[in-house]
Amino acid sequence: MSKYKPTYKPFGESTILMEWPSKIEETIIRDIVAFEKSVDKSRGIVDTVITYNALTIRYDCEIDFEVEVAELRDRYKVKKKREDQASKCWQIPVCYDLDFGIDLDEIASAKELTVDEVIQFHSAPDYLIYFIGFQPGFLYLGGLNEKIHVPRKAIPRLRVAKGSVGIGGSQTGVYPNDSAGGWNILGRSPIDFFDISKPQPCFASAGDRIKFRPIDKDSYHQIMEEEQDGNFMLKSQAI
Amino acid sequence: MIKVLHPGIYNTIQDQGRFGFAKLGVPLAGAIDAYAAEFGKAIVGGKTTDAVIEITFGQGKFQFMETTIFCLTGGDFSPTLDGDPIGMNRLYNAEATAVLSFGKRNYGAITYLAVQGGVQTDRVLKSRSFSKGITRERLEKGDELEILKQEEYTETKYARIRMPVEHFNSAELPCFPGPEFDQLNEKQKLRLFEPFTLSADQNRVGYRLNEPIENNLDHILTSSVLPGTVQLTPSGTLIVLMNDCQVSGGYPRVLQLSEYATSRLSQKVAGDKVQFTR
Repeated sequence: MSKYKPTYKPFGESTILMEWPSKIEETIIRDIVAFEKSVDKSRGIVDTVITYNALTIRYDCEIDFEVEVAELRDRYKVKKKREDQASKCWQIPVCYDLDFGIDLDEIASAKELTVDEVIQFHSAPDYLIYFIGFQPGFLYLGGLNEKIHVPRKAIPRLRVAKGSVGIGGSQTGVYPNDSAGGWNILGRSPIDFFDISKPQPCFASAGDRIKFRPIDKDSYHQIMEEEQDGNFMLKSQAI
Repeated sequence: MIKVLHPGIYNTIQDQGRFGFAKLGVPLAGAIDAYAAEFGKAIVGGKTTDAVIEITFGQGKFQFMETTIFCLTGGDFSPTLDGDPIGMNRLYNAEATAVLSFGKRNYGAITYLAVQGGVQTDRVLKSRSFSKGITRERLEKGDELEILKQEEYTETKYARIRMPVEHFNSAELPCFPGPEFDQLNEKQKLRLFEPFTLSADQNRVGYRLNEPIENNLDHILTSSVLPGTVQLTPSGTLIVLMNDCQVSGGYPRVLQLSEYATSRLSQKVAGDKVQFTR
C-alpha cells in the first residue's frame, strides 16, 4: 500500500538508519511517523529519531543487523493499523507586539507589506512539524507562506530570547531557549517548548501541526504566569 | 559528601547517558570515555548505571567530607591524596577531610573519580549526566555532591587491575562506513584511512581533525547524527562528534566510530595522531 521502499543502513554497531526518498514532503514524514509508532520497542530499542526522510533506531547493544532489518521490513509491510494514527494541531499563542517582534518593521518594508499583513501571513497556516532537533524542543516546521520568505540575518544575534518566533529562508520556528540565532524575529510565545519538569518535556511530536494564534501583550503576560504556575492548558485539536 | 574545592576547566557528573529523549532533540551525553568510567565503577563494586565525576585534563580539587571508598581511572595526572601520591585503577579508602588533587600529566586527557555507590546528584530526564540546556553545565567551586553511606572497605577482586595500554597509546580508531561513505570517490576513501592529527578544537561536543580532505559533496537533508559520527564539513575538515552532540545535522556522515573508539579518542590531546581503521 505504501509507495515507499525504505532502505536500511547500519549506522555503527547498534543503530539502524532507515531512509526514505531525500525530499521534504508531508506524505514521507507521515509514513515515517506512522511506522515509528508501530516499531516494537521491546526489542532493546532505546531511542528513535525522526528527521525529514529518515528514521534512526538505536538499540541497547550490538545487534545482528540482518535479523533486526528483517523484523523491521516485515513490520513495514503491515500497513493497516498505521493509517488512522491521529495527529494534533496545537494552538500556540504568539504576541506579535513590536517590542517582541523586533524585525517586523524591517521585514514589512523589505516585502512591501504592512506589519499586519506580515502577521496575517505568518499566523494563517497550519504548520506541519517535520521533526524535533537542533536543540531540545526545537520544531522543524514546514508551510511558511512564500510572501514572507526572507534571508537569514547576515550577522546572527548572539542572544535571541526564549520563545522568540522567527523566520529564515523558507523556514519558521520558535527558539525553545535563549540562544544565538540568525532568524528574523516576528514575535514571542509565552509557551514552554521544552520543560524538563514534565514527564513528556515537549508537548509536540513529529507529524503534529501547530498554528500561531496572535495575542496582545496583556494576554502574553497572563499566559506566561499561568504557564510558570503549571496552570496553562495548551489547546489542541485532533486532525 | 564530596566537596569541590577547585572546579577545574570542565568537570561534570556523568552516567551512561540520557536515553529515550533523542526524538525531542535531547543529546545523549554520558561519560565520554565510557570504557574508563565502567572500569572505575567495577573497581568500586558499583552498578553500570552509577554516576561518576568526569575530570578534564587533571584540573580540579576535591575534598572527601566523610570516609569514602573511591578509585581513579582514565588519564593519569599524578593524583595525590593529602599530598601523598596514589595510583590509578586502585581502590582507596579516603578519611574524612582528605583532599584529592592532581599534578603533572603522565598520559590521557579524561580522568574518572568513581566512588562506592555512585554520586547521588539529581536525575533529570532519567539521567544524572550533566548536559548544557538540560542540567547545569559543569561543576563549580563549593558544590557538595552527595554519596551513599559507605560500606566496609574490602578489596574486591578488581582491586588492582590495569587498563590496556592501547587505550592510551594506540592511534587506531576502529570504525564503520557512515551513511554517506559511498558518495566519496576512491581517492577520498583512501585518504580517510591515512593518519590525521587532532586539532586543539575539542570538547564534549566534538573533536576536529587538522588535515582537510577534498570535499565535493553537497549538504545532506538534515538527518540524525550520533556520538562517533565523522562529519565532512564544507571546508573539508573532519569533525568526530562526541557525547554532547546534537541529534541531527546536515553535513555528510562519512564514518561511524565503533562505540569503543570514541572512548579511545577522548583520551587524546591536540597534536596526537589518529588513524581510522576498518
